[in-house]
Amino acid sequence: MMYDVIVIGAGVIGANIARELAKYELNIMVLEKNLDVCEGTSKANSGIVHSGYDAKPGSLKAKYNVIGNVLMEDLCKELVVPFKRNGSLVLAFSESESATLKILLDQGHKNKVKDLAILEKEAIIAKEPNINKNVYQALYAPSGGIVDPFELTLASAEVAFLNDVSFQFGTRVTHIYREDDAFMVVTNRGEYKSRTIVNAAGVFADDINNLISDTKYRILPRKGEYCLFDKQIGDLVTSTIFQLPTKEGKGVLVTPTAEGNLLIGPNSEFVDDKNDTSTSEEGIREVIRRAKQSVDNIPMPFVITAFAGLRATEKNEDFVIGEADDVPGFFNALGIESPGLTAAPAIAIEIAHMVAQKLEAKQSDNYIIKRNKTVHFESLSIKEKQELFLKDKNYGKIICRCELVTLAEILDSIKRPLGAKTVDGVKRRTRAGSGRCQGGFCSPKIVEILAKELGKDLREILKSSEKSTYLIGLDKDLL
Amino acid sequence: MDNRDIVIIGGGPAGLAAAISAYHAGVCDILILERENSLGGILNQCIHNGFGLHKFKEELTGPEYAERYVDQVHELNIEYKLETMVIDITEDKHVIAMNEIEGVIDIKAKTIILAMGCRERPRGALNIPGNRPSGIFTAGTAQKYVNIDGYLPGREVVILGSGDIGLIMARRLTLEGAKVKMVCEILPYSGGLKRNIVQCLDDYDIPLRLSHTITKIHGKERIEAVTVAKVDEFLKPIKETEEYVTCDTLLLSVGLIPENELTRKAGITINPKTQGPIVDSNLETSIPGVYACGNVLHVHDLVDYVSDEASIAGQKAAMFVKNSLISDDKFAVIAGKGVRYTVPSWIIDDSSIAMSIIRFRVDGVYKDHFVTIKLDNEKAYHKQKRILTPGEMEQVMILRKWIDAKPELKTIEILLEED
Repeated sequence: MMYDVIVIGAGVIGANIARELAKYELNIMVLEKNLDVCEGTSKANSGIVHSGYDAKPGSLKAKYNVIGNVLMEDLCKELVVPFKRNGSLVLAFSESESATLKILLDQGHKNKVKDLAILEKEAIIAKEPNINKNVYQALYAPSGGIVDPFELTLASAEVAFLNDVSFQFGTRVTHIYREDDAFMVVTNRGEYKSRTIVNAAGVFADDINNLISDTKYRILPRKGEYCLFDKQIGDLVTSTIFQLPTKEGKGVLVTPTAEGNLLIGPNSEFVDDKNDTSTSEEGIREVIRRAKQSVDNIPMPFVITAFAGLRATEKNEDFVIGEADDVPGFFNALGIESPGLTAAPAIAIEIAHMVAQKLEAKQSDNYIIKRNKTVHFESLSIKEKQELFLKDKNYGKIICRCELVTLAEILDSIKRPLGAKTVDGVKRRTRAGSGRCQGGFCSPKIVEILAKELGKDLREILKSSEKSTYLIGLDKDLL
Repeated sequence: MDNRDIVIIGGGPAGLAAAISAYHAGVCDILILERENSLGGILNQCIHNGFGLHKFKEELTGPEYAERYVDQVHELNIEYKLETMVIDITEDKHVIAMNEIEGVIDIKAKTIILAMGCRERPRGALNIPGNRPSGIFTAGTAQKYVNIDGYLPGREVVILGSGDIGLIMARRLTLEGAKVKMVCEILPYSGGLKRNIVQCLDDYDIPLRLSHTITKIHGKERIEAVTVAKVDEFLKPIKETEEYVTCDTLLLSVGLIPENELTRKAGITINPKTQGPIVDSNLETSIPGVYACGNVLHVHDLVDYVSDEASIAGQKAAMFVKNSLISDDKFAVIAGKGVRYTVPSWIIDDSSIAMSIIRFRVDGVYKDHFVTIKLDNEKAYHKQKRILTPGEMEQVMILRKWIDAKPELKTIEILLEED
């Protein structure tokens, strides 16, 4: 079977590109090495929709950031993804630090970011009463926002799927070669043939590019560690609070998440291993120390979990977007680090357009925009809860008590397009197990539900990856 | 909307004992709401024995202990709903719950008894660095897999924390065929009962490493090893003592947290030390007519004391319904030197009560110290104890005759003294 396009990677970039490509009359396949969408950088980041003052004027980062920021709101509405334009503040603690705010303001103007303003101490504290009272001035960007990166990825992938895009999970690309006018993509699960390739492989995008192109790239993965807090303190701040950017990036932020938690992080550390998402004691300590410079009264007992993600920093520190010079038909979306999440909708339109032009593809007449709505039971009124229950009794059965997730929602997460196959898959789709007890009570129930729905034994159920089993045998098996 | 005299949230040992006692105190209109599919709470998965030594002078298993109360609930025809999750309690004592049969249920209660129990502290609360692979369980979750579902979580196990569930699971996993390599406890003393250390670790040659913790988790998919290190007196890991211990399973038994999300939402005052509501000796919370008992109030070591405590809550709730509580006046109970907290925080000035029990935990290990009760600076009680540790809950009695002898009494203090 010959595909028109193979997209490598089902992160936020790959999924959005697949969704945009689906608007054309094309035969599309997405290959993902993990067992679910959004398993790499897209799942472990700040979830920020940046306004765009931070990127260097003239860079691709600046261009796609500002367009992406504008596109994000409507896209999230269309896909029913949690999004909020909560605004952001960059804090300066002295007159000399304020000089940097002016530079950012100028940069923002050059990048055509709207409504930027410098706020004085009183205005900042009126807006954010929990901020360190030593604050001097702040750059206020009302267009800054927050989004649920997993939902954005999943929803995009779902819509792509509904429009006949194929997905293969657990499929790792090992070689690419040309055969006549086509590409042969070799994977651990066989070969796939395609007229074009889109490389959206995150921290591995350099490896994929270097398989076929002589224009070599190098991604230096840069780790960022985070602490996530209980929803009980999710309103400690309402805006996203940045510190002055440094060479390492935008610094440690304090922000509410689109799901209502509080998030602090990330630090920045170059690592050698592209699979190293481990947290370290020093790293977490640094994140806490620096976050407390912005908001000094963060209550540490409310930490739910710590995690780390990798930024796909290309050595030239800008996005690489477009067709490889020496390989016609091979398109890169490479080096997509912050503001990559914000830029995703814009990058996707651009790449899809390039590919469609290359293939002289026509716009499709029957593109389906909407996906089936997911229910977020906890946020509904009592009346709405009862209405749902009257339609489906499974809404009366609560499985995750911390996040109030019902059996109906869990079944839906498994049965819907590109449904969950793992416990983490259920967790990311429904939030079951992501609350304060971290799955202590509900994970055995979810293992059981998955086993039943997938027709498997409890011992076969996975946390996320192929070897991440929960149970190794029956009692006394080892005796 | 339904109207009830007493709504009890939770059908574990606390909720059951409260219901039975409220019934015997003369109120029959009682409803127990239980989120699981059977009464008995966490006792159902505690299949080891040792329950009921104080209460019944017998060594029962958890399910046997629960059964004694469940049988009474059935005999008395006390009503209960299973698989029913309370999602809200309001200040004016509406209880909003959900289940598969009725959907949303709104009950207006004259009194509410909180008996929701507690949950285990997860890994995130400890911030152990490293990867986030599978194979990390809280001890209670592993207990459910092994004892209820019949599945073994792993072959080689390390346990962090020496809470009672961790100790019990060290023995259980050994009996089921796994190798338990060690139990690490960051503190210089165990958080569990002495008898559990002897019967669950010593008897099976499982080493208890006091003043040790886990500093890193290894393994990308399934856990492969942990780094274990000794800690100094400030509980900081000592780098040179780090040791790489292979395992495919890590169990956490690092503390229990009363489940008071509903309590907080209702606006009830919480004691930051216990993470449970502040109560008086009637076990009444800051909202009149709302009572609390069992592990939702403070974490107990022994279910026997949970049952005793819950009986008081049930009885007082019944008296509240019948308007027969005679006094609102109370004396403050102060947790003095060496005492981390007391439950209750107030003693009701009620001359009909001959004695009130105060339960407390100490804040460290104390040898040959005296437990002292002072009524406005005057010692009423002074008794030496061979050893006091945070792992074992202590209790003292406040006698009414002491209170009667002091007409000007304001505060009662519990403290530890060296002599």
